[in-house]
Amino acid sequence: MAPFAGYDMPITYPTGAIEEHLVTRRSVGLFDIDHMGQLEISGAGADAFVSRMVTAKVSDLVPPMARYSLLLDEKGGVIDDLFVYRLPQSWWIVVNASNRAKDFEWFKAHAPEDVAVVDRSDDTYMIAVQGPRAIELIDKVANMAVSSIQRFNWGNISIDGVPVLFGRTGYTGEDGGELFFPAAEAQHVWELLLAKGEALSIETRPIGLAARDSLRFEAGMPLHGHEISTEINPIEAGFKWACDFEKEFIGKEALLAIIDKGVSRKLVGIEVFGGVPREGYEVTSPDGKAIGHCVAGMFCPTVKKYAANAFVLPDYAKVGTEASVVIRGQPRKAVVVKRPLYLPAYRR
Amino acid sequence: MAIDKNARYLESHEYAKPEGGNFVIGISDHAQAELGDVVFVELPAVGKTIAKGATFGTIESVKAASDLYMPVSGTVVEVNEAVKNDPALVNKDCFGAGWLIKVAPSNPAEFDSLLDASAYGKAIGEE
Repeated sequence: MAPFAGYDMPITYPTGAIEEHLVTRRSVGLFDIDHMGQLEISGAGADAFVSRMVTAKVSDLVPPMARYSLLLDEKGGVIDDLFVYRLPQSWWIVVNASNRAKDFEWFKAHAPEDVAVVDRSDDTYMIAVQGPRAIELIDKVANMAVSSIQRFNWGNISIDGVPVLFGRTGYTGEDGGELFFPAAEAQHVWELLLAKGEALSIETRPIGLAARDSLRFEAGMPLHGHEISTEINPIEAGFKWACDFEKEFIGKEALLAIIDKGVSRKLVGIEVFGGVPREGYEVTSPDGKAIGHCVAGMFCPTVKKYAANAFVLPDYAKVGTEASVVIRGQPRKAVVVKRPLYLPAYRR
Repeated sequence: MAIDKNARYLESHEYAKPEGGNFVIGISDHAQAELGDVVFVELPAVGKTIAKGATFGTIESVKAASDLYMPVSGTVVEVNEAVKNDPALVNKDCFGAGWLIKVAPSNPAEFDSLLDASAYGKAIGEE
């Protein structure tokens, strides 16, 4: 157990980080992610407000749609990445635990008179069920077949009498979903899923933060504070696709200026030979010139590589470029590789 | 926690175990449990001579990276290639299949000054 975003959380369960990663990719992993935040935005002006606040196009969202987006400040720095659910009467915004308070204050500060912003996090429990058999498992405990809910859509379901908002999305690159339900029912739903998995011989395990990190890393998903942050803009991090330049959004002007001027660094994937690259490790050219730094790095259990995400000078960003990563004082051979290392289910 | 009684230990958790005139060197059960899942091991080349207390390689887990220290001085006569390909062997069987290197000792008496199983047990807070 270790402190994370103000909560005491398991880095691993007794299963261990590597096995927790592998079981998620072959069967079902359960993630207690209640530390994450949920904001609800409603009111006459809500649609226009949400559109102005987040980078992604949302004007086309109708229930049961949901979409990934970024939240930027005026300088184009990333305050958070989040998921926007278009509910029938409101917008349900799912945010990172570490940014929950900041995001809430940011939305509230910008909200006009006819918009209400409410923090629903304390009353809402959130768990993720991820893996190739996740949908099969949830189908067996829910009152309806979640297999009928399309990827990135949501549905209102019931699990053993508990009302659950089910979103067919996730942070692992596997199929499955994220479940939102009344906090008082946390143990009920969690234990029910584990018991049902056992009863049906669907291998189902609780997954800790270490495996959560290696799963999202392989699948090319960012972790705020690493690949994105208030000091990083979406252009240099490769998230231009999450921005709709046909509409107004906070940070748009800054991004247009950055696109015009060109970025000074680019986020790349790097495979390393001879050690484990980690956050903060320096990247150099083959002849020893400093060209960047790693923002995340690890052994990847599914693709079986030692890899890092790093910001490097644009001249060194092309796939196939040779480089070195300095690991504990020693430069180790490295090469820029294509991201993601593991193709997420929704892209297969 | 398993503490192999045939081995003797450094406080830094490396062990040496006599085997026909040579010593088998690895890390203890306590060490592998503390490290967590081992994902990378770097070992020296056969033929290298390394002094007691000097580093002979690196071991990396999901959460940490550590140098490996020689419990006795000697020349490397064998390196565990299986561990280089499957670092998890160190977690599964640190005294058996998860051994790291074998050395021909230059000063076998150094073995006697290492912590025996009982003293090592005390050092890691067990008995």
